[in-house]
Amino acid sequence: MRRLYLTLFNVMLLLISSHLFAANEPSLDGLTHQLTTAKLKQVPHIIEQLETQGGERMLPLFSAMLAGELYYRKDDSRLVHAKKMESGNFSLVDVITAETIGDVKKKTIKKVRVNNRLRTQLRSVISRLTLFSSDRDTREAAIKNMLNALNEGNIVLLSKAKADEEDQDLLVLIDTALSLNDLLNNAEIEVRLAALDDLSNSLEPIVKSSVEALLEKDDDGNFIESDVVLRNKAAVVAEKIEGKVGFYSFLEKLFFGLSLGSVLLLAATGLAITFGVMGVINMAHGELIMIGAYTTYVVQLLMPNAIEYSLLVAVPAAFLVAGFVGVLIERGVIRFLHGRPLETLLATFGISLILQQMVRSVFSPLNRQVETPQWMSGSLEFNAIFSITYNRLYILVFALLVFFALQLILKRTSLGLNVRAVSQNRNMAKAMGIRTEWVDAMTFGLGSGIAGIAGVALSQLTNVGPNLGQSYIIDSFMVVVFGGVGHLWGTLVAGFTLGITNKFLEPVTGAVLANIIVLVFIILFIQKRPRGLFPQKGRAAE
Amino acid sequence: MKMKKIASKLALTAGACLLSMSLYAADTIKVGVLHSLSGTMAISETTLKDTVLMMIEEQNKKGGLLGKKLEPVVVDPASNWPLFAEKTRELLSQEKVDVIFGCWTSVSRKSVLPVIEELNGLLFYPVQYEGEESSKNVFYTGAAPNQQAIPAVDYLMDEMDVKRWVLAGTDYVYPRTTNKILEAYLRSKGVAEKDIMISYTPFGHSDWQGIVSNIKKFGNAGKKTAVVSTINGDANVPFYKELGNQGVSSENIPVVAFSVGEEELSGIDAKPLVGHLAAWNYFQSVENDANEAFIKQWKTFIKDDKRVTNDPMEATYIGFNMWVKAVEKAGSTDVNKVEQAMIGVSTPNLTGGVAVMNANHHLSKPVLIGEIQADGQLEVVWETDGLLAGDAWSNFLPSSKDIIANWKPPMTCGNYNTKTKKCAGQNY
Repeated sequence: MRRLYLTLFNVMLLLISSHLFAANEPSLDGLTHQLTTAKLKQVPHIIEQLETQGGERMLPLFSAMLAGELYYRKDDSRLVHAKKMESGNFSLVDVITAETIGDVKKKTIKKVRVNNRLRTQLRSVISRLTLFSSDRDTREAAIKNMLNALNEGNIVLLSKAKADEEDQDLLVLIDTALSLNDLLNNAEIEVRLAALDDLSNSLEPIVKSSVEALLEKDDDGNFIESDVVLRNKAAVVAEKIEGKVGFYSFLEKLFFGLSLGSVLLLAATGLAITFGVMGVINMAHGELIMIGAYTTYVVQLLMPNAIEYSLLVAVPAAFLVAGFVGVLIERGVIRFLHGRPLETLLATFGISLILQQMVRSVFSPLNRQVETPQWMSGSLEFNAIFSITYNRLYILVFALLVFFALQLILKRTSLGLNVRAVSQNRNMAKAMGIRTEWVDAMTFGLGSGIAGIAGVALSQLTNVGPNLGQSYIIDSFMVVVFGGVGHLWGTLVAGFTLGITNKFLEPVTGAVLANIIVLVFIILFIQKRPRGLFPQKGRAAE
Repeated sequence: MKMKKIASKLALTAGACLLSMSLYAADTIKVGVLHSLSGTMAISETTLKDTVLMMIEEQNKKGGLLGKKLEPVVVDPASNWPLFAEKTRELLSQEKVDVIFGCWTSVSRKSVLPVIEELNGLLFYPVQYEGEESSKNVFYTGAAPNQQAIPAVDYLMDEMDVKRWVLAGTDYVYPRTTNKILEAYLRSKGVAEKDIMISYTPFGHSDWQGIVSNIKKFGNAGKKTAVVSTINGDANVPFYKELGNQGVSSENIPVVAFSVGEEELSGIDAKPLVGHLAAWNYFQSVENDANEAFIKQWKTFIKDDKRVTNDPMEATYIGFNMWVKAVEKAGSTDVNKVEQAMIGVSTPNLTGGVAVMNANHHLSKPVLIGEIQADGQLEVVWETDGLLAGDAWSNFLPSSKDIIANWKPPMTCGNYNTKTKKCAGQNY
């Protein structure tokens, strides 16, 4: 209720002010018209005037402009909110009157240009206008924006908002902003010290940098902040915040490591079957991953209206396509080279080049665009400095799912039993009536299919292009060899070990050196333990 | 469908080649095209090969050059740097081409350099590069650092009040040299060392989580921060994706890129990138008649309405037109004559101005800063008032600040030291 009054009050104020200014300043109509003709440099001024004169009525205009969807009709300069439709036409809505105008061709409208400076300005204008919005998330965005751009006007608004706010988290945010303002701008030392106390629990980056700024010296070596008590207290608070930041950045690195590990695991799992279990050095493994990624692209082409579900379709599709190609490779080439690793290596390397060039001719050498579904974008925020991106999180879970599904197949199905039998003793398995040829083909198909599934996941992280596979083949071999050939659990442990090591090294040494150090570490490790982390034991190892 | 198209195109080109060979075998001007059609660089370079073919086709329609038809000789150096040198030798000594359009990466150009100087060939290099070079036999139609990197930094500093800088690049010669120049430039502008963060990543880097998180932390120090990216084409996609996912928007931390253009953006979902910047000398979105005609011609030639144009294509366009003019001016295709005729030649560029070839074999160009739009196009938000002459030797590096290039007599030198008044021994 109170909010309503406030809004009414605001509107009235604005009406009066617009009335007052009407004499010497252009009208709203004139201003909106200016938007269509003004140069970028003049636009900020126009927006200021629009805000003072139009207030909340201009909100749709500002939002459309921020989203880059504000256009004007070429014939009558009418400002419209234009949304692109699938047909390529644009559907128009008048931004001022909210009247639906209908669909038009691209040629008849022109975009109102926006740049970063304008976007920043628009965001703060919008935050001022939406601070009393009924939607919680809108209010949160508004408060956060104001926190990072404190000025007198914002403080007045925030104090007003505080009285109304009922959401606990948002109250904390508002308090943080008010305390920060006290700390920076209040004249009384007691107030500033109290503000510092309040801020010691905040993790907002702006708080941290403001508190640290209190400890800085100017060019002559004198402290910028003259009060010793405050400075000492600030040092304590800064240390406290730093400690928390350190803890969260450790968690973050750990997650980054796990995530890189899960990518390595996904890429290597297929190889753990073909190389680990069957002993085939398959240099085309990377290209099977690539085929999986391209399958995702094709699936998205086939179902452009259901991008959200495309990945669910792409996973089985990629498994089948890559698996099929894998079976072809096995039947067509590898089976003739049984027990000749060098020839297998060369032949599969040739296949990898053929597959790459084939993709280049069919899909063009350019990278293809695979869209990320909405549910995989963005991040899960725990607090102001620690958040986990959804795509990485899902891929981590997915990698583990694939891994355990594979374990189940190998341990609990008859195919798995046959695979293990053939890999342990081919002749004996043959004597027992197992169709080793068929088992070979199926095993290779299974490994290839899993590579295809990895491709689906990678299409969400990296480029889908002809070179996709090459970047993962070396990593895959590294993981399998490090983990111990023929040992699936080894692959899991190795993937995560390498991922975490890499991510903890990276900030210290840089990305290039981190890769080198990991590689050197593996070489030394293999020197010491040639069979990897988990060597196979017993007769199976012979 | 696509296969068929490609096959028919191949057949056509082959047929055209045969036909032209039989008809004009004795009397043609041979134009070598040295761009990778396979391997990692094929993604960028095939487009330039097609551009040259398109220009040749058009010139032949106009009646050729000096009364002779132009004949393309296309070779594929397959993104293999030493192979670039071999293919150059093949083009010059066996095919006896009169001019070569080619190369993309600096490594490939460096590999071609000794051969083209030994056999006195002529190379047009159409890509923005790190500078620190000027060869008698090479014309650089892409941007030098002062025509791309420095204006971009100026823009961020003056227009966006950026105080902290992240220089992120792929680990090879172009980013390393450019970042060295930029670092020296920023320091000369009074930026403190702690406000500059430099980070290199391997080719095709795909796991950007740690680096983006570091950039975010670096940018949270209370001063406006920007990233100057010399990250090579392919690795950009996961980089921008990670920026989007970690919530780094172009308003908090804008990224200005020197290797991301329309072609690279056409392969990604550009929505999370809106507002990030790129600095080039040409954008497809620039509106004028010459550009519109060029885009139309390109789409018709390539028979695909979705293809885009980009900066290196414009550089190829300018280079080709300049060479044609210079040959007409010299009245011959002799390398020495054409080389001298080239200096001072001017042709219209595609952004509504005129490109001039300077005595240091670099072009005068306008510099445009564009913001990425949701449809993968770039919209100009800032441009230089006039043309900027390309500077072969950067004034911001201690090792090259006294060096200039001038191929006009009496100096005729690619690296003349103004202090010692000497031309260094090597030709470039």
